[in-house]
Amino acid sequence: MKTNKTIYTTIRFLVLSLFGALMLFPFVWMLATSFKRGADVFNLSIIPAAPTFANYGRLLSSSNFPWWFMNSLIVGMTVTVSVLIFDSLVGFTLSKYQFRGKKVVFLLILSTMMIPTEMLVIPWYIMSNQLHWVDTYWGVMFPGLMSGFGTFLMRQFFSSVPDDLLDAGRIDGLNEFRIWYKIAMPLVRPALSALAIFSFIGNWNAFMWPLIVSNDVNMYTLPVGLSFFNGEFQSQWEMVMTGASVATIPVFIMFLLFQKQIIQGIALTGVKG
Amino acid sequence: MNDLPASRGSLERTKRVWAYLFLILPIIFYVLIRFYPTFYAFYLSLTNWDIVSKDKQFIGLENYRNIMQDQVFWKTLSNTGKYVLFGLPVSLLLGFSLAYHIDKAGRGEGFFKAVYFIPYITSMVAVAWVWRWLYQPAPIGVFNKILISIGLPQQQFLFSQSQALFSILATTIWADVGFQMIIFLAGIKGISVQYYEAAEIDGANSRDKLFRITLPLLKPTIVFLIVTGTIRYLRIFTQVLNMTYQGEGGPLNSTKPLVLYIYNSAFRSFDMGYASAMTVLLFLIILLITLIQLRVMKSED
Amino acid sequence: MRTIKTVLILAAVLLAVSAPVFAKGAQESAAAADPEVTEIVYWQYFYETKKDTVDTLIEMFEAENPDIRVVQQTFPYEQYNTKVASSVPSGQGPNVINLYYGWLPTYIDSGYLQPLPESTFSNERIEAEFFPLVGAAKFDGSYYALPTAVRSLALFWNKDLFEAAGLDPETPPETVEELIEFAKILTKTDKNGNYLQTGLTMELRAQMHHWLREVLIRQYGGAPYSADSREVTYDSQAGYDAFQFFTDLNSVEHIGMPNFMTDDVTAFSSGMMGMTMDGSFRLGTFDKLDTLNYGVTELPSMNGVKSNFASFWSNGITSFTTGKELEASIKFLDYLTSDTAMSMWLENVGELPAKKALAMKEEFKNDPKYGPFIRGLEYATATKFIDENAQRMVWIDAYDQVLLNGMPVEDAVDQAAAAEQQVLDTYYKNR
Repeated sequence: MKTNKTIYTTIRFLVLSLFGALMLFPFVWMLATSFKRGADVFNLSIIPAAPTFANYGRLLSSSNFPWWFMNSLIVGMTVTVSVLIFDSLVGFTLSKYQFRGKKVVFLLILSTMMIPTEMLVIPWYIMSNQLHWVDTYWGVMFPGLMSGFGTFLMRQFFSSVPDDLLDAGRIDGLNEFRIWYKIAMPLVRPALSALAIFSFIGNWNAFMWPLIVSNDVNMYTLPVGLSFFNGEFQSQWEMVMTGASVATIPVFIMFLLFQKQIIQGIALTGVKG
Repeated sequence: MNDLPASRGSLERTKRVWAYLFLILPIIFYVLIRFYPTFYAFYLSLTNWDIVSKDKQFIGLENYRNIMQDQVFWKTLSNTGKYVLFGLPVSLLLGFSLAYHIDKAGRGEGFFKAVYFIPYITSMVAVAWVWRWLYQPAPIGVFNKILISIGLPQQQFLFSQSQALFSILATTIWADVGFQMIIFLAGIKGISVQYYEAAEIDGANSRDKLFRITLPLLKPTIVFLIVTGTIRYLRIFTQVLNMTYQGEGGPLNSTKPLVLYIYNSAFRSFDMGYASAMTVLLFLIILLITLIQLRVMKSED
Repeated sequence: MRTIKTVLILAAVLLAVSAPVFAKGAQESAAAADPEVTEIVYWQYFYETKKDTVDTLIEMFEAENPDIRVVQQTFPYEQYNTKVASSVPSGQGPNVINLYYGWLPTYIDSGYLQPLPESTFSNERIEAEFFPLVGAAKFDGSYYALPTAVRSLALFWNKDLFEAAGLDPETPPETVEELIEFAKILTKTDKNGNYLQTGLTMELRAQMHHWLREVLIRQYGGAPYSADSREVTYDSQAGYDAFQFFTDLNSVEHIGMPNFMTDDVTAFSSGMMGMTMDGSFRLGTFDKLDTLNYGVTELPSMNGVKSNFASFWSNGITSFTTGKELEASIKFLDYLTSDTAMSMWLENVGELPAKKALAMKEEFKNDPKYGPFIRGLEYATATKFIDENAQRMVWIDAYDQVLLNGMPVEDAVDQAAAAEQQVLDTYYKNR
């Protein structure tokens, strides 16, 4: 019985590692390319013949890069905060209250996921022009401040929070806002963490809308700025790979920060359900 | 406000008021930022607008009539169907298996999670470039090199009408699995250990625990992943744009999904009216599928 | 109440983060408030040397015109047209804009561009100074845009690969027959017939669709389009012959395939392809690689016929530019198309002067690298594209039909012609 379990664990570990190495291969290749230059780029070995930091140097010294990076950071974090607040509030409402029109509201919010956002870009741009939002952070951010995806996610996770816990709060005299904030929110921390990660990644990588709404090169977000390397005559692949590698770092940090919450889970944070 | 409500009726009323209060700001947001532009697209579908012209000529249902006879539209619709039918189940199954086993792995949990999540956070442009190289013919393409070395014939992958779609799908699943895994994990971690402890006392083995506790309690998560996954695969676009030459979904449209056709019609050919009409049809298709899914999965309760 | 407090704090945080919005707005109005200075905006896509050259030109221009300020804004190449088009409905945007000549019909048609004023840019002046191919920017008797530089095609060959294959590294092919002969010698395959090295590019989606359209079809004695560009005329014997010739390069002669090493620039750069056809702008890319030893020559002739394809990016003035801004824009456009600008452009960007007299100067015409391109301009045609992407796809699809589905060449060409005619008809039907 005991040995059986050890064997299982070992096999599981081996399979996960093997499969994981396969998953990592394209990423490692990308990373390797970022340390190559010239003809070496098209010599497809994983280990660069003459590793160099020149691409990174060029990227960082490109005068607009710090702006792009900062813009993306500001946009990504602000939108994520907004999404965490509003999507969980709406998700909570749709999951825990009975009121007229609830189903309709839910479906309407869900339906915002059913239209490719590329098709909304032109009305957004006309609107932004009239309101002077072009070349502003607000202009880049506003379409993402709330999302159907996050609302749906939170609604699903709130639905597994027992009603008794909320009622206990009501008996203690908490108002509904505090019940959401103090009782319900801590119980769905894994979901909130997942939402934070996805929301940040989604906005960090957003391309089409930031491109349309920014004219000033210092207002570009990182993906828009990095697409400068996808040139007319030929893409500078070593620069594309370098940019993509750097762009991964904040997302990865974000992931590491929030994934702890997912690891710990509710079982350890003390639900007395 | 902190007074205890006098009766159940007034408590319900207070809760209703709060619910509406919570929804005011979001509803204003969605109406202005989402629904208004969506209706605008619906309106454009009845015109022949080309983005750059000042006037939008009303042409009734002509765009829709043309779509019905457009072979490329039907081709892209069937491609989109293939992406969903073949891509989503594999990705869900892999995502769940990973989450389930990583959760059980104990040591190395954080490490494995990071490894499997990395593809999801990598820029699609970079990913597409690397995968295009992997799929190349020998002597460069890694996959073909492997095939040749074990004595199998070389494959065309991205240049073949029958294989290209599945080649792109493989890349998509590779990038998507991490996403499914994270949400499954969040769901699994949300299940209280007390359920498992109780089951162990009853002498349940790990298979019982999987089918009697984990999966049933994961239902909201599964519903969520199926519904949003269907929508995501129906809207597949960036991968194909980046992985096919000229971003046209070739060879001979064999990989072109509907959203890419919409995008190219709108922003390359500037046929906004036509693109909007296809958007409306896509919307209706997704809406219908979502409604069916929600109903079916609810009735299983 | 705490509830409200929390909400207020959150709102304040959001506002604080978006505060640069307001700071920025204030800044802009301050600049615009100076009545002495007219500010105009110039748009082009991002290409490092182009952007830098225009920056220098702007500096020089502003020194001569202290009452004008030019702001250059650049956008990623691949999304440039999308970006421009999306800005049109809002009725705002740049004053002077750089557009690919193939896009001009769309923007002229929608009233986005205004005709260049006769006072500065008379038809007589333009037609006397510029290469005739600039006529692709003339619509209904008026010019709407002018290029700083033009492009044509030439043949690049890898001298090291020539030498290794036993060919004379200093003698490139001059005729199509030689082209095939040399390419065969340069091609290497493994025992299964997989290419290890190819002789010639076959990249339709890059420059080869131009070669097919404007060079091969003409060399076979045909014409791709009617004189008024409204009709596709390559569904003819010349068209069939040209396409047969082109598809045979892969299926019969085995001297290359599309997508080899993902694209021809990569293949040629890494020394895996003996010959390619490309524009003068590519010189910069290849010169950066010290491992690449190459030469440039005119496109090979066939049956004694020489032909070439030319194209250009051109600068127009948007129709909402009026008054002082219009005056400033006209001056700036004149400056962008001056001899000074063109010489700088050739030197820094590697694109050819758009004015005949300047380009034909001996030093340019006989330059070992630019010479072949400039000489090619004399017999080049600029296709009057309506939707270049769609018109290119037509050929890519025809090629796939023949190579993947075994469709007879005649049927594939007829299908391509019909599809392309539809693109032209959609545009010309109301004109």
